[in-house]
Amino acid sequence: MPRFHRKLERSAIGFVLAIIGVSAIGGLVEIAPLFTIHETVEEAPDMRVYTPLELAGRNIYIREGCYACHSQMIRTLRDEVERYGPFSLAVESQYDRPMLWGSKRTGPDLARVGGKYSDAWHVAHLFNPRDVVPQSVMPRYGWLQRNELRVNDLGRHLAAHRALGAPYTEEMITNAAQDAYAQANPDSPNAGDVSQRYGAATNVRAFDGDASRLTEMDALVAYLQVLGRLTDAARTTATSRAE
Amino acid sequence: MVSELTIAERKFSLAVLAFLAVCGLAMAVAGNGDLLGAHGFIVLAASLGLVLLVGTRYYDPEPSEKRLLQYYDDPTKAGIVLAMVWAVIGMFFGVWVAALLAWPELTFVDSAWASFGRIRPVHTSGVIFGFGGNALIATSFHVLQRTSRARLPDQFSPWFVLIGYNLFCVVAASGYLMGVTQSKEYAEPEWYADIWLVIVWVVYFLIYIRTLQRRKEPHIYVANWYYMAFILVVAVLHIVNNLALPVSLGSAKSYSLFSGVQDAMVQWWYGHNAVAFFLTAGFLGMMYYYLPKRADRPIFSYRLSIISFWGITFLYMWAGSHHLHYTALPQWVQTLGMTFSVVLLVPSWASAGNALATLNGAWYKVRDDATLRFMMVAAVFYGISTFEGSFMAIRAVNSLSHYTDWTVGHVHAGALGWVAMITFGSFYALVPWMWRQERMYSPKLIEVHFWLALAGTVVYVFAMWNSGIIQGLMWRTYNDSGTLAYSFIDSLVAMHPYYIARTLGGALFLAGAVVCAYNIAMTIRMARLTAAPAGEVEDIPVASPVGAAPLQAGE
Repeated sequence: MPRFHRKLERSAIGFVLAIIGVSAIGGLVEIAPLFTIHETVEEAPDMRVYTPLELAGRNIYIREGCYACHSQMIRTLRDEVERYGPFSLAVESQYDRPMLWGSKRTGPDLARVGGKYSDAWHVAHLFNPRDVVPQSVMPRYGWLQRNELRVNDLGRHLAAHRALGAPYTEEMITNAAQDAYAQANPDSPNAGDVSQRYGAATNVRAFDGDASRLTEMDALVAYLQVLGRLTDAARTTATSRAE
Repeated sequence: MVSELTIAERKFSLAVLAFLAVCGLAMAVAGNGDLLGAHGFIVLAASLGLVLLVGTRYYDPEPSEKRLLQYYDDPTKAGIVLAMVWAVIGMFFGVWVAALLAWPELTFVDSAWASFGRIRPVHTSGVIFGFGGNALIATSFHVLQRTSRARLPDQFSPWFVLIGYNLFCVVAASGYLMGVTQSKEYAEPEWYADIWLVIVWVVYFLIYIRTLQRRKEPHIYVANWYYMAFILVVAVLHIVNNLALPVSLGSAKSYSLFSGVQDAMVQWWYGHNAVAFFLTAGFLGMMYYYLPKRADRPIFSYRLSIISFWGITFLYMWAGSHHLHYTALPQWVQTLGMTFSVVLLVPSWASAGNALATLNGAWYKVRDDATLRFMMVAAVFYGISTFEGSFMAIRAVNSLSHYTDWTVGHVHAGALGWVAMITFGSFYALVPWMWRQERMYSPKLIEVHFWLALAGTVVYVFAMWNSGIIQGLMWRTYNDSGTLAYSFIDSLVAMHPYYIARTLGGALFLAGAVVCAYNIAMTIRMARLTAAPAGEVEDIPVASPVGAAPLQAGE
């Protein structure tokens, strides 16, 4: 081997090609099949896409770096299932670009936090976590309540997702901004359109408690309340396993 | 800097800067009302500032032809200074975020930019890319020239790489504070910054290959294998992981080409190999040059060098999936990741052992010379943290350690103990060579720095090991009636003393870095005051081989 290597060491281009060849194998073997093997992602016919408001909330979650302390991936371990709920399935993050499984739990997992607390609790908690959980070390996010949500480019966000494969319709894209307003204002005339487009189970509420304004708080709470609720696949899998 | 460029190079750099200014202006206009616009102004300001710099010196006399007989070290000097600036910034932010976990109100109330989630990536990118990246660029230019006995191919491209890379770092860090992030761990910068880094990286690679092609040594020295693997593989990882569709050309936001489980695999394939090829391969290149030079001993074994290099290059790329044990990733991928991670211990310990065995016959120097001791301790920590990494990749261990502070402790054992220590050791060796001094300004301060760094690392790592294991155990403890014994907040409360200890450890390490920055600054000042180009004759490309010699002798 040293003799062969002695030759290789004399050629810069040869060395470059050898490094690329040797290093490419692992990634190719592990990643490429994930796109071709069908069972990698389960079938879930009831899986829905994020509404424009929830997507905007997700982007705020990313912007504020929430993923650094909160995971969204319940592992197949007894204590995790008992603490957080049914273990996460691949299909549940099918439309997540990028995924937010996380790698650290300074705070608890959020994969199934949707519906666990009231909107008012979330608003109070985000405003100052220590008001509701005295020992918490989470930062305050007071500015979310003050900042108006930017909606003028939401249609483009949906269109980008559609280009990458999410089943947004033309109607959803054209009405993105209007749907965002309507989802946080149940009394608006367009509120019915949101449930019609995204499903009857969609939360249509004044998430931050003030229907007159559409804030970043509305968006983030709407996102938190839908975590783990886009499909029932994980719950039905858990039930069928129990039986 | 400008006076070393030929007139043709000055013209070319003005053209490049003009192009960059136009890009900045276009970003500022297209991103009107978007955060992209703010970044446009940063790019515009940076390029106009540099135009001014080149413009005012444009009519300086051209450098003489004699320069071609010497190595080109000014970019290395600038890189060392930039690395130290980023070290202090990045570690300061690190101590701040550590303190926030112990005392959450220790920030500017209600300022979005100063909240934990936004300043944490400033810490990680600041130390990894700012400090680590600049150190790698600076030392690679030095090692490349000495071991090839060839001057860098031209005067423009090294500056393009160094300044371009730092522009990337500034755009990244300022973006996090404003809320621009992809959320991909250790690949947070958005699409336009990523594209810019690709351009910088291609030029970096071209410098490397062009210098190697003109080398006067028949063999490529082992340090250069590692630097090349670092440049090449990081390029591949960076491009694939950052494939994304921008919302529009006027928007800072983009959406990843991969989603869900595939994205998870791509991100950790990137994430783990950023550790492998940025934080390991590049710094092994450093170790393979500066450690034998400082110890004045040949590398212990040529065979071990070969085995460990190709072992690391091949095996690491399989290991990323150990970050996804028990998740929705198919189990066969998890198992592959675990298996290869365990096998990875072989080449890792081959490298660490090779480094330590090189010190045989020079251990008295390790005792007396804090610079060499930095490198020795780095090799030891490299051994410890690679063992720990393989251990944590085992599925059963990972079920306890994952999501806890143990991971954070592991990363810092590698980052503080290995990456930072080998860098400090290399800098202490390199700075006197570069500024033509017999020694650093104060050997005593190197000693002080060594003990601060070692104490800081040990305190930090022990705090995180304790907190991580306690956390993991509390989460899975059941009481007699068969229900979970502790709520999540119980485990958080139990972390408090360790978070204080960790902050203290980080502060010690930061203090050491400040001492180092001071020592380097004073050495530079010392060089300015003496200003006699004394040892210049010994260090020119036609002199006797420097770096390659130890390897040949040690076979």
